[in-house]
Amino acid sequence: MAGLELLSDQGYRVDGRRAGELRKIQARMGVFAQADGSAYIEQGNTKALAVVYGPHEIRGSRARALPDRALVNCQYSSATFSTGERKRRPHGDRKSCEMGLQLRQTFEAAILTQLHPRSQIDIYVQVLQADGGTYAACVNAATLAVLDAGIPMRDFVCACSAGFVDGTALADLSHVEEAAGGPQLALALLPASGQIALLEMDARLHEDHLERVLEAAAQAARDVHTLLDRVVRQHVREASILLGD
Amino acid sequence: MKETPLSNCERRFLLRAIEEKKRLDGRQTYDYRNIRISFGTDYGCCIVELGKTRVLGQVSCELVSPKLNRATEGILFFNLELSQMAAPAFEPGRQSDLLVKLNRLMERCLRNSKCIDTESLCVVAGEKVWQIRVDLHLLNHDGNIIDAASIAAIVALCHFRRPDVSVQGDEVTLYTPEERDPVPLSIHHMPICVSFAFFQQGTYLLVDPNEREERVMDGLLVIAMNKHREICTIQSSGGIMLLKDQVLRCSKIAGVKVAEITELILKALENDQKVRKEGGKFGFAESIANQRITAFKMEKAPIDTSDVEEKAEEIIAEAEPPSEVVSTPVLWTPGTAQIGEGVENSWGDLEDSEKEDDEGGGDQAIILDGIKMDTGVEVSDIGSQDAPIILSDSEEEEMIILEPDKNPKKIRTQTTSAKQEKAPSKKPVKRRKKKRAAN
Repeated sequence: MAGLELLSDQGYRVDGRRAGELRKIQARMGVFAQADGSAYIEQGNTKALAVVYGPHEIRGSRARALPDRALVNCQYSSATFSTGERKRRPHGDRKSCEMGLQLRQTFEAAILTQLHPRSQIDIYVQVLQADGGTYAACVNAATLAVLDAGIPMRDFVCACSAGFVDGTALADLSHVEEAAGGPQLALALLPASGQIALLEMDARLHEDHLERVLEAAAQAARDVHTLLDRVVRQHVREASILLGD
Repeated sequence: MKETPLSNCERRFLLRAIEEKKRLDGRQTYDYRNIRISFGTDYGCCIVELGKTRVLGQVSCELVSPKLNRATEGILFFNLELSQMAAPAFEPGRQSDLLVKLNRLMERCLRNSKCIDTESLCVVAGEKVWQIRVDLHLLNHDGNIIDAASIAAIVALCHFRRPDVSVQGDEVTLYTPEERDPVPLSIHHMPICVSFAFFQQGTYLLVDPNEREERVMDGLLVIAMNKHREICTIQSSGGIMLLKDQVLRCSKIAGVKVAEITELILKALENDQKVRKEGGKFGFAESIANQRITAFKMEKAPIDTSDVEEKAEEIIAEAEPPSEVVSTPVLWTPGTAQIGEGVENSWGDLEDSEKEDDEGGGDQAIILDGIKMDTGVEVSDIGSQDAPIILSDSEEEEMIILEPDKNPKKIRTQTTSAKQEKAPSKKPVKRRKKKRAAN
């Protein structure tokens, strides 16, 4: 913090954004032919791929089958070249297991699993480049992939991260802002109902500022929803043109 | 082993009770169970009991090389162990989701909030830093592991003392606890986790769920705060749908609960420090309750048994010698027998020489007599040197027996040998052997 000023006196961030401004988001659905659903997303320099298979019969042990709903299986991995220093293991360490667990909990809440009893939905997420906001990019990519697969969901799950610097809440943190060590909040939101699917926060933040940071993250998630909705409609329009309807 | 099943009636009963704002163990909605903290004999060891959930916390330290990108900071390592004794469903290698979640939550709560000054753990930048390791063992699982684990971790860290270190030039000196007092860790603040269980799609909320309530709940929200009302960690899990107002209300409740728990922790640490300074008894054994069926503790009365041992040793020593004395005669007999056998061998040699005399002619007999005289002289010389040897005496006697039958010259030599030897003890021996020769 001493050598780096995250927020200038004029209210601009290191990369020139304002406090509540998102990085550039580009997304694409249907990037793979083999998968039931697939999506690719870029949030700034964070790039993520998501692939969805299912609903299909339970693989492996049948004991895991749930009699009243589908089993959501999530696996998160980041490429060895995704960070500044090469990662030795793409998946399997504690952070990857935790991220996979959080993604699973998020989508268990969002997908209407009771429509597919005794079956399994696989979601695989791969991070190609990590520049902050990794969890949010994974959730957004997985949402598009699940929609591409045609699996019924109650709503979009839009995620965004938020931070707090010098009394100002920042939206959509980059890696520089995350590495500075301030508080980081990751929020997954169902924008229509305003329900929180997952909430996660690190580092110290006074209770009085929690509401402002939550509001900043929620607003950013709603903005993400606007963009994702646009991507979905574009994809549906292209698909209908190909079908000749 | 499989987990104990929860029947539908019990599940429904629990949910019905929660809808009526009641809990099965009689607590209110925002009440904690009794928290009890015991300290071990060594610094850095404690057991936290949250109702019936028990967690053992142990802190240890070691001098290691720092990581390359953080050369001036010590290393913190956390490990939470779900032992098999805690719950029947805990098997080695399984419960991986729960273990990953708890471990990561503990790591974020304590490490990322920077509650410990890691730069004060640096001894020599880039070369030697302290690595503090916190091991948490779950001894009994009765719900709400994360709260008990976070309390155990922070209490163990506050209780721990590391050895004192001094650096002079390139020399690093590590002092034992006897040489210098150990140094406590510098802890900036104490983050404590508070868990909120949600029921019926977030309609109902409970603090500190026990094991049955955990089985029934829809989701869990964990908020870690310190007493300055700073939020260190928030984690929601279980697939619940929360609203922003609910999260804010939970954070306010967590602030109140954390203040109470922090006071309890500081009081327990202060009591333990006081007991150690006053020279009182400390350790886990002292925390065992007296006057209970399942726990028994009694003071030992000192009885002087050293005299008894000495008397017993004396009795044993007196009893041993007679058996040794009995074995003495047996040892003498073999030596005596060997001497007798030697005598018999010399008798065999004399018989052979007699036979040769009978066989040979007159001239040959003269030559043999000469040889005998030479051997006789040698024997006499040996005899003069070692008078007490019985073998030499026997040989001389043999010569006496043979000579009077053949030559008068030999008689003269006999007389000279007789003059030399005048001991009375040898005479009866000679007489006996002469008789045998005559026979």
